[in-house]
Amino acid sequence: MAGNEKLKLGLYWAASCGGCEIAIVELREKILVIDANCDILFWPVALDFKYKDVEAMPDGHIDVCLFNGAIRTSENEHLAHLLRKKSKVLVAFGSCAGEGCIPGLANLFDRESIFARAYLEAPSVDNPNGYVPQTTWQMPEGEIRIPTFYNTVKTLRQVEDVDYIVPGCPPQPPQIWNVIEAILAGQLPPKGSVVGATDKTVCDECKHTRQEKSVKKFYRPHEMIPDSTKCLFDQGMICAGPATRGGCGALCTKVDMPCRGCYGPAPNEIDQGAALLSAVASVIDADTEEEAARIVGEIVDPIGTFYRFSLPASLLHRSKLEARG
Amino acid sequence: MTEQTFQPHIIGFLCNWCTYTAADTAGVGRMEQPPNVDVVRVMCSGRIDPAFVLKAFAEGADGVIVSGCHPPGDCHYNNGNFKTFRRMPLLEMLLQQYGIEKERFHWGWISGAEAPKWAQLVRDFTTQVRDLGPLDWKQELASKEE
Repeated sequence: MAGNEKLKLGLYWAASCGGCEIAIVELREKILVIDANCDILFWPVALDFKYKDVEAMPDGHIDVCLFNGAIRTSENEHLAHLLRKKSKVLVAFGSCAGEGCIPGLANLFDRESIFARAYLEAPSVDNPNGYVPQTTWQMPEGEIRIPTFYNTVKTLRQVEDVDYIVPGCPPQPPQIWNVIEAILAGQLPPKGSVVGATDKTVCDECKHTRQEKSVKKFYRPHEMIPDSTKCLFDQGMICAGPATRGGCGALCTKVDMPCRGCYGPAPNEIDQGAALLSAVASVIDADTEEEAARIVGEIVDPIGTFYRFSLPASLLHRSKLEARG
Repeated sequence: MTEQTFQPHIIGFLCNWCTYTAADTAGVGRMEQPPNVDVVRVMCSGRIDPAFVLKAFAEGADGVIVSGCHPPGDCHYNNGNFKTFRRMPLLEMLLQQYGIEKERFHWGWISGAEAPKWAQLVRDFTTQVRDLGPLDWKQELASKEE
């Protein structure tokens, strides 16, 4: 930034729920500090800018773009490329942009089965003519086009070059503030860093006491009221803490809910689900193969549990597509 | 490549003390076995991170074998194989949810004295995976995408 020129900020949501936007608003009065120091050039959820406004900017015009949401449609991908071109620094903001998050669990299905469920089969659907979205449609007034819905949800990193990753679903406001302060002070770490988080696991911030682990049966959160002093994992709840990057302040375990893994894989883990699978297997108290198979056999939905926030960023990215062609 | 000539690429993660020794003996003893298995020697089957297996499939393996020492007593480290049998059934469930046929993943036990059993496993598993055809995960990801 030259002189007293304000920092040019862009914010965008792709396939996301809006929670990341809420998290920014949750900065409360500090949002005024952002307003005093930044010009917001693009923020579809809050301000009336159009895509053509962004297209009209010179390349690299936006100083920092916080991009939340996964890449679900061709529109998401187009905006990822556009904002990369127009921004000096592109930040994957939140779990969707970083790891694919909850929208990424759709990678257990493909477009056809998702459309069938959403537009034809769901009990609340009233669609007697069986219409499903088409990318083009001929109307008397001309051709209508809507973006293509991809078979596979991708992360921002899988379609564009990303400078920083801010994890979390959503990123916690104090951590967002740390990142904003670093941006305003011009103290950004090396490219590719995960910012707004720690270099340890959630367990490091958790209040519960770890002991010898010997689990004979796993419980889902609605099946037990845990002791709020002992490690939830020791008590048989599948807690993603050991496989998840810290920085959230262990908010969930603070109220005795097991960690669900929204801050993404722990540092140096290449696959969050594999790391959590190992952690789960290591707490089982079974001395025979049969007993071990029985205990783990009761786990419902392993992918949904171990990769709740990271399926698109996992080693395999998605489940196998049916017959190719 | 036709079905007949398709040569599956199989990765075998074998523990140093039992199955690797068996595989070594099978080779030295010139037991008949197809050359489709690439062996990765690890010190203990309990050291095999599920990510190894996932990465093998992600990077082009058509099948994966994990094999170590018989439980309960054969493990060189007393109970490393306990970790294996607690972990592998769960990995099996995960792979099935990914849509990877269960016939593509084998885990079990072969001691250092069971070289013929290793050769037999290699023959049977290679045939089994060959019958399923290529997995080709990268192609799988790229296919049907616009």
